[in-house]
Amino acid sequence: MLRDTWLVFARVMLPVVRNPVAVIFGLAQPLLYLGLFGPLLGDTGWQWFVPGLLVQMALFGTAYAGFSLLPEVRTGVLERLRVTPVSRVALLVGRVGKDVVLLVVQSLLIVLAAMLFGFRAAPGEILLGLGLVALLGVAIGSASYAIALKVKLEYVFASVLSATIVPVMLLSGVLLPMSNGPQWLYWLSRVNPLAHVVDAERSIFATGSVLLGLISVSVLVLAGVYYGVRTFNRESA
Amino acid sequence: MIKARGLARRFTTKSGPVDAVRGVDIDVAEGELVGFLGPNGAGKSTTLRMLTTLLQPTAGEAIIAGHDLLTDPAGVRRNIGYVGQKNGGGADQRVGDELEFQARFYGQSKHEARRKAGELLERFDLLGMEKRAVSTLSGGQQRRLDIAMGLLHDPRLLFLDEPSTALDPQSRRNLWDHIKQLRADGVTVFLTTHYLDEADFLSDRLLVIDHGSIVGEGSPDELKNRVSGDLVVLGTPQATTVATKFENAVVDGEQVSFRIPNGDRALPQLLKDLDHIDVELHSVQVHRPTLDDVFLTMTGRSLREDANAA
Repeated sequence: MLRDTWLVFARVMLPVVRNPVAVIFGLAQPLLYLGLFGPLLGDTGWQWFVPGLLVQMALFGTAYAGFSLLPEVRTGVLERLRVTPVSRVALLVGRVGKDVVLLVVQSLLIVLAAMLFGFRAAPGEILLGLGLVALLGVAIGSASYAIALKVKLEYVFASVLSATIVPVMLLSGVLLPMSNGPQWLYWLSRVNPLAHVVDAERSIFATGSVLLGLISVSVLVLAGVYYGVRTFNRESA
Repeated sequence: MIKARGLARRFTTKSGPVDAVRGVDIDVAEGELVGFLGPNGAGKSTTLRMLTTLLQPTAGEAIIAGHDLLTDPAGVRRNIGYVGQKNGGGADQRVGDELEFQARFYGQSKHEARRKAGELLERFDLLGMEKRAVSTLSGGQQRRLDIAMGLLHDPRLLFLDEPSTALDPQSRRNLWDHIKQLRADGVTVFLTTHYLDEADFLSDRLLVIDHGSIVGEGSPDELKNRVSGDLVVLGTPQATTVATKFENAVVDGEQVSFRIPNGDRALPQLLKDLDHIDVELHSVQVHRPTLDDVFLTMTGRSLREDANAA
């Protein structure tokens, strides 16, 4: 099972390592936020803004992961792999592993870039911060592959994504504090597990409790991986 | 190698249940090359997907390569090769990488996988392409890569789903030679096709499926012999006169066609008899029955028309 996962991971990682263009372009969006949006929050804003940006990267970076599966579903690649003795869970976990590794590398680069702007972070904080980002990536990546496998069509998948990601992001308070808004909007954000993950990520790089965020991310990981594994194990998938 | 009993699959659709496969029995002995013939939508692929663990049967049971399909699908997967209808190589992957990973998925070491991949590259005329992206290969090359990927673990039983669909005649012929070679090497091959010439050329034995049930079984020649006699087509201005002399004769303008047993031997006497009654002939043709005729007699439909319509 471990070997299977490693092989599936290595297979999907190899083309990315050989041709890292996508990884580099993936850095463009967070860098733009860092350079063109971050300064609006003033000198003291970095400590607050960068952790939110990392969560946003986890969200956008792994939610679209399912797109890489669709060509392999349409051609016979996934089917070919499903007739090998490789565990079907490994077919999912190996892929999610690739996305999470890339996410962590990109996040680390953004943290380092942010430090040039004035963001302060101890090595231990970075480690914890990236760990939380990775967990969120596992949850969202697994769900993304499962949804892609279910809807099978790019244009349907794209509209499912935009319909879910945008509200989840707006209600998570990554760009502006939710407490600035009216009561109803604030309470709506409290129902969004991602808002608690954002709070926890901020607490790691400042002070505050990470408990609620850890609980939220754990629930998301369990739900995402359960949904992913169940979908990948389905016969007709 | 394959022993299936009452294998069935029912799909639930919005307009109600659809029985894609209605309880088929399949027996394939070791070393046989069996063709599974039927028009599009007859249930060929569904049956194949059940036999290869891709689809759970709704009824029935099967032993594939010594392993129970229902209780030991992992054992089945380890011991069969499967080449699907569509291409199995990842577009962004290199040919050599895909082969090596596929071998390692079957438990081979890195070293073993590399050796085996090299062996199959050579055997399927893909040498020198290991560093190329799969997406740059021609249709025929991709198909050979697919088959190579199905053989990395030396399976004793290989499933091929419509192996030559969308190939040009030359690649097709080349592919057939490779498949024949597999049989000569002692590999049991089970292939689906809706091409008569393919089924005729490759198979030791044919199973004919239509509407989810097996409607006929036998070697291509046995099946052809079931059609009563050879088709004789005569071109003559007196077509209607000639038609009265033979059972079930069909007149089409200045042409009359009918079936007689052993047409090639019967023809000389037949021509003499026609000459005797002053029938003027300007053309004579004798056709051995084709698998299409077989299909027509078994199902009342022409396989060829169906394939053209699809």
